[in-house]
Parts: sequence; structure tokens; C-alpha cells
Amino acid sequence: MRRKVARTSSSERRNHVTWPASHDCTARRVNMASHLSYGRVNLNILREAARKELREFLDKCAGSKAIVWDEYLTGPFGLIAQYSLLKEHEVEKMFTLKPGRVPPADVKNVIFFVRPKLELMDIIAENVTSEDKLQPQREFHILFVPRRSLLCEQRLKEQGVLNSFTNIDEYILDLIPYDGDLLSMESESAFRECYLENDQTSLYHTAKGLMTLQALYGTIPQIFGKGECARHVANMMLRMKREFAGSQNQILPVFDTLLLLDRNVDLLTPLATQLTYEGLIDEIYGITNGYVKLPPEKFAQKKAGEGGKDLPTEPKKLQLNSAEELYAEIRDKNFNAVGAALSKKAKIISAAFEERHNAKTVGEIKQFVSQLPHMQAARTSLANHTSIAELIKDITTSEVFFDNLTVEQEFMTGVDTDKINTYIEDCIAKKDPLIKILRLVCMQSVCNNGLKQKILDFYKREILQTYGYEHILTLNNLEKTGLLKPQTTTRNNYPTIRKTLKLWMEDANEQNPNDISYVYSGYAPLSVRLTQVLARPGWRSIEEVLKMLPGPHFEERQQLPPGLHKKRQQGENRTTLVFFLGGVTYAEIAALRFLSQMEDGGTEYIIATTKLINGTSWIKSLMDRPEAQIR
Amino acid sequence: MGWNLKDGLRDCLIAAAPYGGPIALLREPQRRSPSARPQLEIYSASGGTLASFPWKSGVVKQLGWTVCDDLLCIQEDGTVLVYDLFGSFKRHFSMGNEVGQSQVVEAKVFHSPYGTGVAIVTGASRFTLATNIDDLKLRRLPEVPGLQGAPSCWAVLTQDRQSKVLVANGADLFILDYGTCTAVSPPGLSPQATSIIHMCVSFSYKYLALFTDSGHVWMGTSNLREKLSEVETKVRNPPRQMAWCRRPKSQQASVVIMWDRYLLVVGVCKDTIPFHFEDDSVLVPELDSVRIINATNHELLQEVPAACEEIFKIASMAPGALLLEAHKEYEKESQKADEYLREIKEQNLLGEAVKQCVEAAGHEHEAETQKTLLRAASFGKCFLSNFSPEPFVSMCRDLRVLNAVRDYTVGIPLTHTQFKQMTVQVLTDRLVYRRLYPLAIEICRYLKTPEYQGVSRVLKHWACCKVQQKEEADEVIARTISLKLGDAAGISYSEIANKAYECGRTELAIKLLEFEPRSGEQVPLLLRMKRSQLALSKAIESGDTDLVYTVVTYLKNEMNRGDFFMTLRNQPVALSLYRQFCKHQEQDTLKDLFNQDDDHQELGNFYVKASYKEKRLEARMSLLQSAVDEYNKAKNEFAAKATEDEMRLLRFQRKLEEDKGEYLLGFSLHDTLSTLLSLGLHKLAEQLYKDFRVPDKRYWWLKLTALADKADWEELEKFAKSKKSPIGYMPFVEVCVKRNNKFEAKKYVSKVTPEQKVKAHLAVGDLEGAADAAIERRNEGEISTVLSRCTPATDRTLVERLNRAKATATKK
Repeated sequence: MRRKVARTSSSERRNHVTWPASHDCTARRVNMASHLSYGRVNLNILREAARKELREFLDKCAGSKAIVWDEYLTGPFGLIAQYSLLKEHEVEKMFTLKPGRVPPADVKNVIFFVRPKLELMDIIAENVTSEDKLQPQREFHILFVPRRSLLCEQRLKEQGVLNSFTNIDEYILDLIPYDGDLLSMESESAFRECYLENDQTSLYHTAKGLMTLQALYGTIPQIFGKGECARHVANMMLRMKREFAGSQNQILPVFDTLLLLDRNVDLLTPLATQLTYEGLIDEIYGITNGYVKLPPEKFAQKKAGEGGKDLPTEPKKLQLNSAEELYAEIRDKNFNAVGAALSKKAKIISAAFEERHNAKTVGEIKQFVSQLPHMQAARTSLANHTSIAELIKDITTSEVFFDNLTVEQEFMTGVDTDKINTYIEDCIAKKDPLIKILRLVCMQSVCNNGLKQKILDFYKREILQTYGYEHILTLNNLEKTGLLKPQTTTRNNYPTIRKTLKLWMEDANEQNPNDISYVYSGYAPLSVRLTQVLARPGWRSIEEVLKMLPGPHFEERQQLPPGLHKKRQQGENRTTLVFFLGGVTYAEIAALRFLSQMEDGGTEYIIATTKLINGTSWIKSLMDRPEAQIR
Repeated sequence: MGWNLKDGLRDCLIAAAPYGGPIALLREPQRRSPSARPQLEIYSASGGTLASFPWKSGVVKQLGWTVCDDLLCIQEDGTVLVYDLFGSFKRHFSMGNEVGQSQVVEAKVFHSPYGTGVAIVTGASRFTLATNIDDLKLRRLPEVPGLQGAPSCWAVLTQDRQSKVLVANGADLFILDYGTCTAVSPPGLSPQATSIIHMCVSFSYKYLALFTDSGHVWMGTSNLREKLSEVETKVRNPPRQMAWCRRPKSQQASVVIMWDRYLLVVGVCKDTIPFHFEDDSVLVPELDSVRIINATNHELLQEVPAACEEIFKIASMAPGALLLEAHKEYEKESQKADEYLREIKEQNLLGEAVKQCVEAAGHEHEAETQKTLLRAASFGKCFLSNFSPEPFVSMCRDLRVLNAVRDYTVGIPLTHTQFKQMTVQVLTDRLVYRRLYPLAIEICRYLKTPEYQGVSRVLKHWACCKVQQKEEADEVIARTISLKLGDAAGISYSEIANKAYECGRTELAIKLLEFEPRSGEQVPLLLRMKRSQLALSKAIESGDTDLVYTVVTYLKNEMNRGDFFMTLRNQPVALSLYRQFCKHQEQDTLKDLFNQDDDHQELGNFYVKASYKEKRLEARMSLLQSAVDEYNKAKNEFAAKATEDEMRLLRFQRKLEEDKGEYLLGFSLHDTLSTLLSLGLHKLAEQLYKDFRVPDKRYWWLKLTALADKADWEELEKFAKSKKSPIGYMPFVEVCVKRNNKFEAKKYVSKVTPEQKVKAHLAVGDLEGAADAAIERRNEGEISTVLSRCTPATDRTLVERLNRAKATATKK
């Protein structure tokens, strides 16, 4: 656990340095990205590179500017740059991209920040053509994120507005630093596109993103992968490397290994309810772009005199990342261990405040006062998380939650997966939320390697009758992605997989975990097991199981320029980048962080993904909801 | 000179390119008879023949070289023909239609930072100018007042990022730019002159020299603000040629004036230096010198560089001279070496001495002299600490390269100053234009130019040249090229392929494209060559979906629909991308696509989706019917049945609307049933439940919930008693409790299964009942659950009973 200690101390030091006198918003914003630099790999380099490029583009359009945003992009951009940066570069107004006319603003430039989507091009064209000719001429620019597209430019040309743009540029924003050890492409529909629609655009962006990463952090010598998409990405990477042959990368490799994993190799994990603190926050309230919105009641300021008369109605918005010391400490714990951690922390903080009585000399008092801001911040943080924990506890102790979890765990352990499940039946009868039903049915199907046609048809009929026939499309989508399928062979290989990979651990220790299975209180996420086995003893030991999982598994090596071969110090850990194609859950991340911190693990993990998901957001992305409007 | 010119340079049009460039000769350009055409000859600067062919086009007025070593032949009719170094025709362009009748009287080729330009003056005394022939924009300059016929002399200037023409008409001087004609007068021009008969501009366009009919040479800045000097030459004939001869930063500006076989150097001082020639000669102005070419010799005239002067001046005591002397003595093993060295060191000038020797070596052309100077420098360097070796080393490298290209077989006589100005890259290009690929590669390797800019670039040019060799088979060329280029960094095979395509060798181009690793580069060329199928597979290979879309869009416009669909069918990736496109943009095409593939499942889905967009029920029904048909064809019985059910439900809902005025259209079966039940339409609900074969369990749940929601407890009780509940009676308890009706709930507690007894009692708040049930069942867990619900207010005896029971249960 040596490393873990080192990490905490560095973050403590940071808190002293970067949170000066007042703990207000502006002070935090300035240092917002510091948490990116304290991991094994300094991801702030990536963020800085992205910021630099943004500044360069903004400076290309001389004079005052207004930005018209593709709304989808504002979240991801928030992780790269705040409004202050834009303001420094003369961005005076921001609008949302909408049909019609760009609102009047006395600026020289109007810049569209958009994804390369044809629908958006039509809106832009409308914006440009309806520009008021009487007003002073504004210059138009387009910034495509993450890549410019011939198709879109063609569309603009057809609309006759292509020549109205002074600059058409691309802002290559593939991998966005999300936390000290986490990168996300924030591409919501990646799984749907890859596995349902056979549109591999996001994989191309993934490969490009990995090339950018290698340009900054050195060539990754070893690439492992499992799954069709992984194979495709690796092929593209190797191909792109050949394309750039000649511009040899002279950076000492930071990553030793890249592991590419298809989400469809492990369809089970995201379906299960995450039981870590962060995982539960996401399951219950949903974390978007690093922020969570919580019901405000528990966060009401209890100030004397106000008497709590008017409760705030706006949801409480909190940013969640490792910059917050307490959060970094508890986020990956099993929720059952969070209470103890919080009360321990509470004791430490109140002890720290008690210190003031012991401070006798002026020097001691001065030192105490200098630590005050940090302590106050810690206290606020503690109060916030205690409130969140209370909110979550109300839910986790409910019977509904318990029953649901019991069924999930039965499926995961292989109990009666080949029969119609009465709990699911009852839930449908009670018309519980559809997504909950779909999660459970899919889970049963995955754990049984497909359902008997009769059972499958029963569930489908029940769902259609209860929730409406329009969901036939959604069910069809789930079948296409393999989440729901009829059993084709009588052999169910899930038990073999479960046993070989030890996916179920009876005695999962939630308080002081000794295995990754703690994140689901017993179930060890398959994806993370694969990662763990790869590090030691290697995939050769599980060839049989790998063959049962969909898609090829492979290993590729990338030649390093001479002189860049790493000489590993005795006891120095390897660094592996695990890329989840199609999304990753917070619980899986927690499991990987747990592996990184294991004393004898020997490997540290950096995680990258197309999108952070949970079962609900994932299933939602696969749903088709035609809006019926009959008369 | 390596050439053998019978008639010398008489009656020739000559153009020699600066920076030691090639020489073009056109003998007797006025000859027109087909039997005796003028001969166009191209030579290297050392007189080696590069090309020679009879001139078959119109009358040439002027020859000139571009910065890329292309030959420009400006014809009388205003047409400019462009040839490469080896005399092959590249292209032509015109200096304007209006030139036609009046004809070009005079033309000049000039160079500026924007490329190579051409200026002409026509018989109608009008000037036309193009600043960059690669981006041709003709500018017709304004008329010069009072000018009839050809001007007495003129020159092109580049000032303020603009090309202008300076024209003399008699004694009047005008500057012509794009819009205006401004009369100017050079300050201090001697008043005896009645006409300016010759003028020349320096290499850098900074200085101007004018020759007047009084024999005076006026020298000044080209902006005509400053006069440098005026010298009387005592010759009144118009000179043949005039050129500035000055090196950058030198103070000794001078102009070289040439008449027939007589050459005069005039400078700021009144003294002049005359030279006499045996032969007709041509002056080639250079950055730092003037080259003089005649039939037998090629000479360089320049101001002696300061470093050389210092060192080699007789009895010079300059540090460099002393160092050279010291080294000479050292070679002789004489102790005088030490004396000289000490003399320099005492003045603390050893660094200066080394610098001088290195610099002087750069200006020397004899390899032996260079060596002597460099050895001296190296010797001096030994006695210095902290002296950067960089200038010495790079000078050695530069000289090695310079000596190689100055060799007569190569024939590029560059001075060190010129070499530094033109850079290695340009030199490599020049060698490449001369097809001296091995030497170019050697130089790149020797100077360690990054492969990307050096060797690879040369190889690319070689390959581009190779593909033009018509006599060799495609196969052979492709193989030779791939062998030689291999994996050289940054080779653009697509550029080579493009060249091959331009030469009409499409097959070769395709073969070459195979070697191109960047698909993005392959695709546009393949499209241009109409190899759209190949382009499509390349685009797919690249993984760049945007590229695939581009090709698909191209194909769509190019092919008829049937072929287009067939092509897509063979490329699943492209097909699914196109489907995506259609989903958002062209719904109808999407349907056609599915139709073509007989993908009935997707067609079914398509109709279902479409049905939801329909506002009218009839239209919706007919779409759903189509969906049913498609699902049937797809043998998806379930989907067909489900869709039929949906239609049935819709029909039922419409009837309901008609009969009862209840608007339920679009409700799910579940919601329809609930609504019916809450409306008390039990019969209809019953009918629906039977028609749709709703499982009993779910119907019970549904009815239970609906009745409880309605608080119709009486009906609920009736329902509970109607027959044995398929869902047990626990749900009854729970549903009632949920609606805060413990009284009703209690009615069902007795009916629940033994396993649920405890839970049921607890749910209605009957602790005692729960305790009894738990004790009866002797279940430890249940007893504990009940105990945990006990509060201090609970009856003590009950708690004790529980504890006792727990103890016995545990023992067991």
C-alpha cells in the first residue's frame, strides 16, 4: 500500500498550495485541472495540448467573437476549458445552435462549434443565410469537433454557404482527460453505432485519439485486444503508424501496454447494479461530464435565524473528481464501507478543529489559521458526502433495491437462469420502469447464454403488452447487439466462464477488500478479470474461455526506435492503458484502481473509454422510441 | 567551357540562370524558313549539353529561366512556352490577347519572392506584367505619356511587395505600377544627358544604375531617393549589357558595363577598371558577383572578399594572415611558428584569426587553397579553449558539397554566399531537376538532412521521372520503384502515381498506389482515374468513415441506382454507413435498400417506425399491415403476431372511442386494461384479457392495482374471493398497505402462504401475529426480524417469548 500513501500526501500538499485563503469558486477554477497531474501518467499534458490548440484556433479569428454551440459539446468542452479561457480570447457571447437567425451580438466573428453531423449543417446554413444584411458584416467560422468532414462540407456547398466561411477547421478532441487516471471520448452513442448500426466512425476516432496519445506519451510497445472492434482499432492504429512512418516518435514510452476491450465481450457487467459509492451515485442520480445533480433538500444551509423556511428548489450540482480529497478516498469503496470511512473522517476533522485549544503560542495559532481554509473545505466536503450517503442509503436499504439485487446475484451465480423469473414477472405486472425490466431480462439472457425461445417470447410479449408495442424496435435492437438472444445451443458456457475466471466470490470482503469482486459485493467484473489475468499469468492460461467470448483476441507489438527501450527499475510497476470500446462503468474503474493499488500487483492502470456508462444509460442508448401521434 | 560553339555567341539569344544555373542558346532566332530552323540548345553552366533541338514554333523574343529551372521562351505573339531543363515541352500560356497584332517588342524575366515573373512591352508601347507565372495574373500597366514605339530602356523592380516597371523615354523616367504612371527624376543626374539609354537594377532590387547618352553612369538607390555616385565613362555608345556587382553588406558597390569586347567596372570612386575581351561575352548578374560567359571561358568577377584580402594582401599583418604563416612554419617544423602564434595571441586575436581563415576558405575556389586555410584554422583552434567548433565543421561540410557541385560534370558554379542564400534544400532540388539523383542523395546523407526533407524527396522525384520512361513495362517500373523507395520515410506514392496518371499510365498509377500507406491519399486519385470500386475498398480499409461517405456520395452521382446498390451490397461497411445516412436523410432510399437485399426483418421494422409517424389511424394500420407481411416473409412469427396484436388493439381502442367516447388510442394493452377497470368496464376488460391471452398472474396484479387505486375495496374483496389467486395474497396485503388501508389489508393476511405470514403480519403492523407466526415456524431469521421491530413500548412478555423461541431455534 506504499503507493497509496504517497498519493494522499501529494494531494495534501496540493491542497495547501492551491487552495489559498478563501475556498471560493474562482480559486478552485484556476486550479481545476491539478488533479490530472498527480496520477502515474500526467494527463494534464493532454489537456494542455488540447487547450493550446483551442487558443490557437480562437486567435486565428481576430477580433471579438461569439460562439454558437452544438449543445452536445458544451459538457465535454467544460472538461478542457472554462469560460474564462474563452473570455481571454475575446469570446464575448455564447449561443446554442438553433434554426433561424444567430442572435444579434456586436462581434466581428461568429464561430460554430459543431460535431460533423448533416442535420447540424442544415441549421448552420439557415443561420448563415438568414443573417441580417443591414447589420455590420460578421465573419463566420466553423470548428468541427473532433474532425472535419468532407460530407458536411459538401452539404454546406450544396446549401450554397460554403464560401461564407473564413475558416473551416477541425478541433481534434478525441480523448478528454476526465480524471487523473481516466480518459473518455464522451461519445454517447458509440456502443449503439458500433454494435448495432455497424458504423465504425467512433472507432476511427478512437484510433486517431490513441495516435495523439502516443504522440504525447510515446509509442505503446505492446497492444493486446479482445473483440471485433478492438481488432479493428488495432489494425487502424498499426496502419496509421505506417502512414506516419518517418516522423519517428522520440518520446520515452510512458505506457507499457495497451489493452483494447470490446464492450460486447463483457455484456454482463454494466447490467449489474454497481455497489461502489461512485457507482451508486451514477446508478441513482447519473453523473454527466463529471457533474451530478442531487435533490436539494438534504443540502439546505442550516443557518441560524433562517429556520429552514425556504428550501432550495434548484437541484444541487456538484463536481465529482479526485481533486476532492475525501471523494478520492471513498469513491471506489463498496457503499457498505463508506459509512465507516465518513465517520472516521469526521473524527479526524473535529480533532483537527479541537487543535485550536492546544495552540498556545502565536506561531502555533498562526499555523492553525493557515490550515483553516483546507480544514473548512474538508468539512464542507464531508458534509456534502454525508448527505449524499444518506440519500443513497435510503435507497439501498429499501426492499425494492434488495429484491432486485437478490435476483441479479442469482443470475450471476447461475441460479434458475433457464426459467421464467417470477420477480421479473411481478415487476412487469406492477409496471416497474421498463429499463429496469430490460436490464434484468438481458442479464438473465447473458447469464444463460441466451434464453429458450419460449421464455424469450414470453418476456417479449409481456413487455410489449405492458409497455406498448412500439418497443418491438427496442427489443429488436437488444437482440441485434446480443444482449437478448434465443438459445442456439443447449450448452450454456456461462458457468464455465464464471468458474474459470472466478467471477463469483462467495466471501467478498466489502470493508477491506482483497479482490475486485467487492465492487459488486461478490461479482468480479469479467472485463477487469480479463485485464487482471493478462497482467498475470497471461492470457495463454485462459485460451479456452477467451474462445467462448465473442471476437478474436490478439497481441501486437510496435517497434520502438532504438534507445527508447525502457530499463525498468527493480520493483517499478508497469503501466497499462485499458481502453473500453463501447463504455465502462464506475465500478469497473474502481476495480482497476483497486488492482493498481495492490501492493504486489505490479501494474498500474490508466483507463480510457468511449463513454462512462451504467446499465440504465447504456440500455437507454439502445432504445428506439418512435413518438406516436395518432389522431 | 565544355561546349563547342563554332560561331561563338554571335547572333544568339542567350539566357543564363542565376545561382550557377543552366544556359540556353537560340541561334539566329529571326530565321523562319522550314529548311533552316533555329536551333535551341541547353547547356549546364560548364557547357555540358543538356538538350538541343530545332525550334519549330514562332519567333522568340526572349529566353529566361524560372526559379525551378524551367526555360521560358517568350514569342513575338505573346505566347510563352515552358520547357524543362532537358528540352521537353511542359506547357504554355499567353501574355494577353491584345498582344497579337502589336507584337512583343521586348520582354524580361524577373524573380521575386513570389516566384518567377514575366514583363513585356508591345509595339503599342504598352506593358503587361505577370508576377508569378505559376499563378498567372496578367496586369496591364497604364500608358506612358508621350511614348511612341519601344522605350529607350526599362527594367522591372520589386518594391513594397509589388512589381513595377521603370521606363525611360528619352531623358524622362517613369515608374509604372498597377494603377498609376508616375514621372520620377533621379537626384543629381548630370544635366548633359538628353536620354537614358540603358539601365540595370541590382540583384536585390535595392540599387539602380542608369547610363546616359552623355556617357555618364548614375548610381543610386532604386527608390530614386539617394545618389551613390556618378561616373563618366567617356564612351557614348549604348552598352550591350550592364550589371551590378556587389556582395551583400559590402560598401564597394560597383556596376559592370559591357560593350563589344570591352568591359568597364565603375564604382563610387572616379576610378574605373577596364577589361578587354577577345570574344563576344554575356554577363550573368549574381547575388555577390557577375559571371562572364563567352565561347571558351566562364569567369567570375567579384569584389575580393574582406577575409581573403586581409589574409592574402601582400605583407598583411592581419591575424588570419599571421595564422596562415604560423601554420606554414609549423609544417616546415620551424620554431617561427611559435613566434607568429604568440604575436596573434598577444593581441588576443587568435579567435579572430581562426574565423578569418575559415571565412576565407569559404570564398576560395581552389581546393588546395581551401585546404591550406582550413588546416591553418584547425591549427589555430588547438590553442583556443571554449571556441565553438560549429562554424569550422559546417564550413568543411559546405565546401565539400560546393566542390562536388562545382565539378564540371555537374556544372553548378556556386559561391559560398550564394549557397547559403539558396539553402541545401533548393540545391537538392536543382540537382534533382538535373536528374543527378545519386549526388543529391549523397549530399542529403552527408549533411544529415532529415530523411523526410532529404533522401525521400529526391527518391520521390526520381520515381516521378522513372514513371515517364515509356519504354519500360508498368510491372518493371513499379517493382523498381518499390525496391528503391522501400519504406523510406514520408514517401508519397500517391504523388508518384499522380504523375504516372498524368502521363497516361493509369495501370502503373494503380500499381504504385498500392504502395501508398495513406488511404486518404489514394482515394481522391482513384476517383479521378474512375476506379471508384477500388477507391471504395481503399476508403473502407482506412477506417475513415468520412472518406467512405465521400466515395459513396461520388458513386451515387456517378452510377445508375441499380449498379450503385450492387456495389454497396458487396461492401457491407459502406452499405451500413449509407443506411445510416439514409436513415437521417432519405427514408425512401432506405426502404429500397432493404428491398433489394430482401431484408424483410428490417423492412418490417421500417414500416413499424413509419407507422408511428402517421397521424391518421387508417394510414397507420396499412403500414402496420405491411410490417406484418414483411415479418411473415422474414419468418419472424413473433413479430408478425405482435404487430397483428397491435392492430387488433388499435381497432379495439377505436371502437371503444366510438362506443364509449373514451379516448385510449395509442395506450398499451396494460394501460388500456387499467383504464377499463378503473372506469368499471369490467366486461370489456375481461374480453380484452381473454382476447390477448394476458397471463392470469399479470391480469390479477393489474386488476388488483386498478381496484386499489380506485379504492373500490368491495370489488377487490369480491375479486379476491372469485377464485384462488394465481399471485397469492401477499400482493393484496401489500397493495392495501401501500394505499394506507391496513384494515383492508388485514383481511388477506390469513390467506397468505406460511412463508409470507410473518412479513404479512409485520406489513399490517401486527407484531403479535408476526411473533406467533415466527415462533410457530421456528425460523431463527424470522424471529430476529420480528425482534428487530420490537420497541421499548412492546409488551415484555412478547419479547421474552421471542427470545426463548430464538434460543431453541438456534440450538436446533
